[in-house]
Amino acid sequence: MIINHPILGPRDAAEFVYKGDASLINRPDWQADDAAERFHEYGYLRDNSAGLHRELWFHEQGDRSWLVVTRDTTTHEITKVELARDVARAEGRSR
Amino acid sequence: MTGKNRLNGGMIDRSTSFGFTFDGVSYRGCAGDTLASALLANGVRLMGRSFKYHRPRGPMTAGSEEPNAIVELRSGARKEPNTRATTAELFDGLVANSQNRWPSLKWDAMAINDLFSPFLTAGFYYKTFMWPKAFWEKLYEPMIRRAAGLGTLSHDPDPDNYDKGYLHCDLLIIGAGPAGLAAALTAGEAGARVILADEDFVLGGRLIADTGTLADEDGATWAGKTVARLQAMPNVRVLSRSTVIGAFDHGIYGMVERVSDHLLEPAPGKPRQILWRVYSKRAILAAGATERPIVFENNDRPGIMLASAMRAYANRWAVSTGSAIAVFTNNDDGHRTAADLVSKGVKTTVIDTRPDAPETTDYETLSGATVTNTQGRLGLAAIEVTLSSGTTRSLTVDGLGVSGGWNPNVHLTCHQRGRPQWDENLAAFVPGGTLPSGLSVAGAASGAFSTHRALQTGQAAAVEALGDLGLKASNPDLPKAEDAPIRVTPFWHVTGAKRAWVDQQNDVTAKDIKLAHQENFRSVEHLKRYTTLGMATDQGKTSNIAGLAIMADVAGKQIPEVGTTIFRPPYTPVAMGVLAGRSRDKTFRPVRKTPSHYWAEEQGAVFVEVGMWMRAQWFPQPGETHWRQSVDREVLQTRKSVGVCDCTTLGKIDVQGTDAAEFLNKVYANGFAKLPVGKTRYGLMLREDGIVMDDGTAARLAEDHFVVTTTTANAVPVYRHMEFVRQCLFPDLDVQLISTTEAWAQYAVAGPNSRKLLQKIVDPEFDISNEGFPFMACGEITVCGGLRARLFRISFSGELAFEIAVPTRYGDALMRRLMEEGKEFDVVPYGLEALGVMRIEKGHAAGNELNGTTTANNLGMGRMVSKAKDSIGSKLSERPGLNEADALKLVGLKPVNPDDKVVAGAHLMTKGTPVDAAHDQGYITSACFSPNLGFHIGLGYLKSGDTRIGEIIRLVSPLTGVDHEVEVVSAHFVDPEGERLRA
Amino acid sequence: MHYSGFRVIKEALTGHRGWGPAWRDATPKSHYDYVIIGGGGHGLATAYYLAKQFQQSNIAVIEKGWIGGGNVGRNTTIIRSNYLLDGNEPFYEFSLQLWEGLEQELNYNAMVSQRGIINLIHSDGQRDAFIRRGNAMILNGADAELLTTEQIVARYPFLNVNNARFPIKGGLAQHRGGTVRHDAVAWGYARGADKYGVDIIQNCEVTGFQIKNGVCTGVETTRGFIGAKKVASCVAGSSSRVMGMAGIRLPIESHVLQAFVSEGLKPLLPGVITFGAGHFYCSQSDKGGLVFGGDIDGYNSYAQRGNLPVVEDVCEGGMAIFPNLGRARLLRMWGGVMDMSMDGSPIIDRTHIDGLYFNGGWCYGGFKATPASGFAYAHLLATDTPHKTATAYRLDRFAKGGMIDEKGVGNQPNLH
Repeated sequence: MIINHPILGPRDAAEFVYKGDASLINRPDWQADDAAERFHEYGYLRDNSAGLHRELWFHEQGDRSWLVVTRDTTTHEITKVELARDVARAEGRSR
Repeated sequence: MTGKNRLNGGMIDRSTSFGFTFDGVSYRGCAGDTLASALLANGVRLMGRSFKYHRPRGPMTAGSEEPNAIVELRSGARKEPNTRATTAELFDGLVANSQNRWPSLKWDAMAINDLFSPFLTAGFYYKTFMWPKAFWEKLYEPMIRRAAGLGTLSHDPDPDNYDKGYLHCDLLIIGAGPAGLAAALTAGEAGARVILADEDFVLGGRLIADTGTLADEDGATWAGKTVARLQAMPNVRVLSRSTVIGAFDHGIYGMVERVSDHLLEPAPGKPRQILWRVYSKRAILAAGATERPIVFENNDRPGIMLASAMRAYANRWAVSTGSAIAVFTNNDDGHRTAADLVSKGVKTTVIDTRPDAPETTDYETLSGATVTNTQGRLGLAAIEVTLSSGTTRSLTVDGLGVSGGWNPNVHLTCHQRGRPQWDENLAAFVPGGTLPSGLSVAGAASGAFSTHRALQTGQAAAVEALGDLGLKASNPDLPKAEDAPIRVTPFWHVTGAKRAWVDQQNDVTAKDIKLAHQENFRSVEHLKRYTTLGMATDQGKTSNIAGLAIMADVAGKQIPEVGTTIFRPPYTPVAMGVLAGRSRDKTFRPVRKTPSHYWAEEQGAVFVEVGMWMRAQWFPQPGETHWRQSVDREVLQTRKSVGVCDCTTLGKIDVQGTDAAEFLNKVYANGFAKLPVGKTRYGLMLREDGIVMDDGTAARLAEDHFVVTTTTANAVPVYRHMEFVRQCLFPDLDVQLISTTEAWAQYAVAGPNSRKLLQKIVDPEFDISNEGFPFMACGEITVCGGLRARLFRISFSGELAFEIAVPTRYGDALMRRLMEEGKEFDVVPYGLEALGVMRIEKGHAAGNELNGTTTANNLGMGRMVSKAKDSIGSKLSERPGLNEADALKLVGLKPVNPDDKVVAGAHLMTKGTPVDAAHDQGYITSACFSPNLGFHIGLGYLKSGDTRIGEIIRLVSPLTGVDHEVEVVSAHFVDPEGERLRA
Repeated sequence: MHYSGFRVIKEALTGHRGWGPAWRDATPKSHYDYVIIGGGGHGLATAYYLAKQFQQSNIAVIEKGWIGGGNVGRNTTIIRSNYLLDGNEPFYEFSLQLWEGLEQELNYNAMVSQRGIINLIHSDGQRDAFIRRGNAMILNGADAELLTTEQIVARYPFLNVNNARFPIKGGLAQHRGGTVRHDAVAWGYARGADKYGVDIIQNCEVTGFQIKNGVCTGVETTRGFIGAKKVASCVAGSSSRVMGMAGIRLPIESHVLQAFVSEGLKPLLPGVITFGAGHFYCSQSDKGGLVFGGDIDGYNSYAQRGNLPVVEDVCEGGMAIFPNLGRARLLRMWGGVMDMSMDGSPIIDRTHIDGLYFNGGWCYGGFKATPASGFAYAHLLATDTPHKTATAYRLDRFAKGGMIDEKGVGNQPNLH
């Protein structure tokens, strides 16, 4: 596979390390009343979609960026690649 | 001449004669021959035996789809079992042997199976060999295994080298027949970066096997000239002997180039084969088509082959495949073979299933007739033809060409699970479904069978690809070529009472398919798996469609209703050696060496693999005959005076930024916000699931600058994790990370004299006295007169100890200086074993304890997990299953009888309980002989271990025959109060 | 129809006219007591044991394609019970014991071949871990033996002991481990279940569940609605897709695992062997092909195919221990979709919806588990209590902190 790195351009997927569902960005609030339950869902439950999947890849043998890749799990077609940090900020993880 | 069956013409080089042997008999052939063509030229057509019935077999094809003529090529360590004689290029000195026969190819004792064939039908083995039970493994299975298999693999290491490479192109063209050449010409002239690859050693595809003309020259000449034109283009790379084996994601293709398989052995420094990973923007599949047989009784004798193969042998290799030949066909292409053979002076008769077969005066045509049987023990001698009138006629022929039509080579279009579609007009499957993205198909592979259509579709595909690439096509003029219509009347199978082979290698007959249907193995996949149809080394290239057709026939369905099986990579079988490339033996994985590696080597150190690293395990001294002597000495001397250990392999991560402390507060379970500058702290890092990920230290060199260490094994995952936390979870913290593992050489200097030793090299302006540089201090210093260094007063051994880091390039010099300056203290270098012994004596957890299921609670560090802040893993570490009352706790264990060993991996049992899993109390994680205590000690996890100090329990290791009593003690065997390290 | 050597001979002499279908193709009825979704090894075994062991009737197995077309038809055929943890080892040992009598039980020769499995050891730490594991196996009633390198070389004389990057320092053997002809397992259970009246319905895909007031009462399928007292999902690889139709999110990701077979060779490998310093394991089939595999590709996928880097990685591992494999040819590669669970261990449990049961999360260990999985699932379906060897395979173990993590890599499915 080839991942079109937003900064570095197309790179072989073998340069990257896969983590999984991009929902892992949405780490729950540790002080929430239902934090135990929310951390369980965060840590263990997945949509695991057959189709478009937003997922985290780390450019370990490259610039060490975490990326959010949108990829179809039935065809492996990649339709979007973003810097995970931008996604995290957009999803409200700024202080 | 080389062989009695040699004709005139052909593309062989008669001036270069090669000697070779088959089954020990010497023959001669020509450059340009394959093993099969050379043997056929010499009148040898028996080349193998079938898998199950050991039927005599000769070549059925002239290409990579060959099911029958497979041999053991070469000998000794270079022996290649199951090699197709039809593609093996002849070279001088070639040695080949037949396989799967005993004692000889002509007299094969296992041919007795053929007599028992009524008992050996599809899947018979699922129904028998069950009684008595013990006989399966003792008798039946060994018997079956010996009979099964084909060729034999050498036990010796493959002596050849393999390589891998990466190629990038705008357009990959797979197949250099008329379509591929037209495409390459079009794209090449438009300036695209083109790779043209073909599995054959001569490019041209059917152009070099057939006799048609292009413009006013014969096809082979045009192909040769076109290839030369392409080779002259700097933007075109032409690769022969190169098989594209698979279409992978995003335009990546695997391709194997057989660099040296046509040589006696590879030239010095050259690989046998190369695996290319081809990165293409676009690709065109122009892999041609494969002729398919018609299934009839006894259709497997040597001498019976595909009609197109006969044509290829005659035209390209100048080999006559018989003195009198019949062609059995259901389409016009069979007549082309007959015409070519007749023009070469071979007596030929055509048996055409079609009542309206084309007539000619050049040869006899039997219209509406079928071949209903054949004779000949080790090769074809005669055939029985049933005429349209119903009467039979015997023909004395020693060659029979069969043409059941052509199947487009759709294989690569299926590699991403695209499903071919049935084309009624061609009576064949053509590419269908979703093709690999960027791939288009041209020529016969797309069902465009005439040469004209091949050229035209090849060019059109190239024009389309160029459009996608943003390049302008010049549309070079293509030569005029034949454009015969496809005239085929589907005819698959001559029904009869005797066996008719569908899959010749695996001995699957039409009867087997009928039986599969009868037993409800009707889906295509069931059919394949139950009968083994298409599972042989030819991957069903000539048999799958006939099998489907027969299944459709018995099921009363149309072929597309029965379905199709998709093809999987590789297109043709690939040597495992080339897929491994250079990654074998010592170069299987890279080696990481520490800066003092060569110094350690000079000292005679014994090294051990730690991940990719090589670490000194111990340093044997003269007179030491057992590793324990070395290790005990290193431990005792370190604890007595001073020792130095290379700990460069520890992961080192530089953490900088105004939020560095806050960041560490997130990634470590314990607090770091208040760590003063100049201090180091032990850090416990949890995974988000609350399990211990790693431990290490973080040293605060400045308000906004920390240096974090990790264990050797976790250096990479911890760094990755910290970047995840930084970029994904807390994207606005002002903190930057960089791995500096390779940037700093680091040494532990341990023992009561460690300070004294260091004081000799640390520049005098730095006070490293106990007051000036107390336990857990850290600082940036200079040594040896100005060399920048980092000093940490931390101790893994439990002694007064420091770790000193210098830039990597000074590591070797520092080690030598420490040894030199330490002479007065009798300094010792110590290795990984002594390090391990000392940390066990001190009760420090390491990799064996942090095994990925360990909680802080298990380690007795539960209280380190701060509840006052948010840190990774703290929330999920609170789950009840991780905090049970009788949780495992880290303890020390010592034998009741001092002579007994403590064995890592042993389990712990309460005295008086049965020794079984239900009563398991824990296990030993690490153990060693303690030279300080004089007996073996261990660390382990014991249920409620913290409350069981002093209890005598049982240590059992039934696997290694150990069962004795041990006492539960504190994990801190040496200096439990920590006085030494604060000294 | 009883299968035997005698029967084979009799049929051979009478033109094989007597062989009937190995199983009936049933048409779905409107209602069953049990509807098992998934005609793979586990689903068919579940049906078989439900009918035979637990004397239940009115059972259907519904399969979207053809039976045995999922992972039972695309694995590397290994059986073993060399697990470390108490949550797993008794279950896999129970499975191995069921394998040992399976052919006689089913009257179907699935070629259960206890050729032995050896896990190679390359470091002291690995030896410690394997000793702990071997002891756990023995304490659970399984067999294990620690072998020296010399003992292994005696069986595998071409093992790379002289020129290896990661030296071989012995191995942990389980002699009762081995291989089974994988397709035959599906067919044998199908035939066995059919004999007890189970309806096997192919080409019948579930499109939804009928759930009323928290109770599951049947499934919508491409062949119409099928009512059921109990609906049992058994579709590892597609678990998230199927259970998603019932609104259930699972602790599972789907990943692709590739497997490989070489051309047929005369006997070379006596048993199963796994490389401990890379990703490679291998055995040889009765037909002569080397059957081998390695690690999953590592990214979520439902595509049943993988990519080159893993192919290369696996062959590198193969050449690392057997440098004579260089001239053996890889014949075919394929991919199966795995239910990779969050701790690497499976789930056999009820769901919060009454009448809906779940079996999945087998990672790449599902084949060897087939008999015990079927047995334990049948036990759960028939009695509503977990089988004694499967008590740890609960859905709520992640919330409670009772993970069964053999590899110790945590909630990162692609590392299990």
